[in-house]
Amino acid sequence: MMKRKVAIVALAQSKYESSKKTLSLGEMIWEVVEKILRETGLKFEAQAGDKPRTVIDKIVSCSEDYWQGRTISDCFYHLEMGALGMSVTKVAGDGASAVYHGAVNILSGKHNVVLVIAWRKESETIGSIVENAAFDPIYLRPLGIDFLMAAGMQANQYLHKYGITEDQCAEVVVKNRQNAFSNPYAQEPLELSIADVMDSKMLSYPIKALDCKPVSDGACALVLANEEAAKDLTSNPIWIAGMGNCYDSHYPGDRDLSDCESLQMAAQKAYEMAGITDPFRDIDVAEISECYSYQELLWMEGLGICGRGEGGEFVRDGITRIGGKLPVNPSGGVLSGNPSGVAGMIRVGEAYLQLSGQADKRQIPDAGTALAHGCYGPNGQSHCVVILNR
Amino acid sequence: MTERIAIIGVGQTEFKSKWPEISEVEMLNMAAKRALENAGMTIKDIDAVFIGNMELFEGNYQVDMWLTEGSGAYLKSGMKIQTGGSTGSSICTTLFDHAATGMFRAVMGIGFEKQDEGSSDASLRSISEDTFFDIANGGRGAGPSMSEMALDLLERKSVTEEQIARLRVQASENASKNPHAHLRKKVTVEDVMNSPYLIPPLRLLHMCPTSVGACAMIVAPESTTGKICPNPAWVEDWVTIHGGIQPPVGHLGTYLSKSELGPLWAYGVEQASLKLYKRCGIKNPRKEIDVIEVYNMSSWHEAEWYERMHICETNGAGKLIEEGATALDGDIPVNPSGGVVVTNAIGASAMQRMAEAAIQIRNEGGERQVPGVETAFAVTAGGDSYSAAALFRKSLS
Repeated sequence: MMKRKVAIVALAQSKYESSKKTLSLGEMIWEVVEKILRETGLKFEAQAGDKPRTVIDKIVSCSEDYWQGRTISDCFYHLEMGALGMSVTKVAGDGASAVYHGAVNILSGKHNVVLVIAWRKESETIGSIVENAAFDPIYLRPLGIDFLMAAGMQANQYLHKYGITEDQCAEVVVKNRQNAFSNPYAQEPLELSIADVMDSKMLSYPIKALDCKPVSDGACALVLANEEAAKDLTSNPIWIAGMGNCYDSHYPGDRDLSDCESLQMAAQKAYEMAGITDPFRDIDVAEISECYSYQELLWMEGLGICGRGEGGEFVRDGITRIGGKLPVNPSGGVLSGNPSGVAGMIRVGEAYLQLSGQADKRQIPDAGTALAHGCYGPNGQSHCVVILNR
Repeated sequence: MTERIAIIGVGQTEFKSKWPEISEVEMLNMAAKRALENAGMTIKDIDAVFIGNMELFEGNYQVDMWLTEGSGAYLKSGMKIQTGGSTGSSICTTLFDHAATGMFRAVMGIGFEKQDEGSSDASLRSISEDTFFDIANGGRGAGPSMSEMALDLLERKSVTEEQIARLRVQASENASKNPHAHLRKKVTVEDVMNSPYLIPPLRLLHMCPTSVGACAMIVAPESTTGKICPNPAWVEDWVTIHGGIQPPVGHLGTYLSKSELGPLWAYGVEQASLKLYKRCGIKNPRKEIDVIEVYNMSSWHEAEWYERMHICETNGAGKLIEEGATALDGDIPVNPSGGVVVTNAIGASAMQRMAEAAIQIRNEGGERQVPGVETAFAVTAGGDSYSAAALFRKSLS
């Protein structure tokens, strides 16, 4: 289906922190962009004698005005992005969608090398107020609902329908926070027991404090390149083999929240493109956006990694641990601290590190195919799935 | 080789100041249905839906979520694109790129704004250059940079205030023929010259209104177009150029027009136009293009853009206006729709420029149709300074 090839050739991440007080947003963005430029030798402007394919010719940024409290919020960071004179666009959503957009810019034949950047400082605003504004203003918003409350409803329905236990959700937290010890960019690695998670403060039944991701600041940038440019830029390109994204409907009552139809659709598109027929067999490592612990289980089911209602047993049996048959979130995942909106791009980035053998202590040996997943909106209303190949 | 693509459907709502009786969902749905009808399609034929607006203007975060109820995005691919005033054209280039991959049968984009449900002015004040100085002082919004451009045009004797008034009259005449324009009342040169100052020399009638409305567009690769559309507007090529930085240390006294990039957004409009002309082999735009749609946030901008699009010489905008060259019956009609100065539902505005270019190519312009359009050009600006430009043809060689 894809008439051209798109590779990921470079990645830069912030050290994710609960509050990056010492860096302005612009400085935080420049930190990752500068690293990309330094490590790849890429430029924004061609000098005489340069090959056009070693010059960035498109920038896709990913941020949301609401989190910055000002309209057209990306226009203040053009210097840090290197945007002047460039072809630039902005995706207002999750970073995985921005990667998707950047890949399309290459697949169209219009661009050779695309810089994709996502950023967010969650510490500088109150997330629940922002999230409340994502619900329709007529029926849902006046209820005061935010993403955490919506997630409580989804978790309830999912746990009830399939007999998933709160303990099993806690297993996800224990695993991911443990994995984070091997990821130098992870925000908050923790040595936890199931009891620690179960005893943490109840926030929105059945979701407890440790079932949630912490507030997080950071930026992530990666470079996409077409086949020719990729060969010039690296000896170790990682290819996008398939991708898909999909919207669900808005009103929680219109959806079976314990199902995730849009994720199934997004995955199906990506699998078809990548020629994956049995995701559990074909995928070596997965990075999944779990803002809440139950979501790792539910999203695995939507992705077809396990059967419906099997997510709980799957994690309990250790299949998704580092060393298991299909490690999920060896990076520590979103639960160990990633800014929402950037999270999906970090998943793609971590999958890239795994396949290119740059994942350090969290490296899954011989990983050949990786899945990255991003989502946004209440209860994962929009999903994006990216399959990478070595 | 890039897949050949075309705009095969356009749908616009009416545009007005206030539209309390419908919701954003209903408004998007109206535009989407009209685009589908125009293309002879149903929503089942669409593989992806992209929307865009200024999310703080209406106070809806991730509004693509709620709007799946009306946009047709349910169980389809898509995302939200948001680049300020150029949002609509950024959606267009997203549509063009998606269609050109050959991976989609057809894709739809919807740009919209419902400014009666929020305060655009309060929101725009937040784009003052920096949070520490300007916003703390109340913010300066979009107006000052626009009056700077106007002053610059006057200082270098490119135009007179009366010529600018004539441009506004021309816009009102075109708007009176366009059922989708917002300010459709005909105005006179005196009306314009006597309208109150906003920030001198910028007057109320020089400036775009705050509008409510939506515009939808359907784009498809040749494999689809050939089957269903006898009258496609082929998109020969498209570019985006970022044309200017909000000066990070500039405060209230900064005169952008004195910087080497010229007035805000001018560099982007010029570079996007020139790059596209070069790629499409256009050497004399005034002769080789039949109609132009440009993002004229004020009548002063329209004059500036004439020079930046190279349809006249530097300091030649006034002469071009005197010749009547850009009127509907001129040799290079600009904004047969009336343009942004008469209709500005921000997220829709930049898309409407490309949509109107397609309408003119497809000979669907009704009373405002320019006869015999073979080649149309659209260029946009605004907000983020992302100037997108595209060239449309009745037939591709």
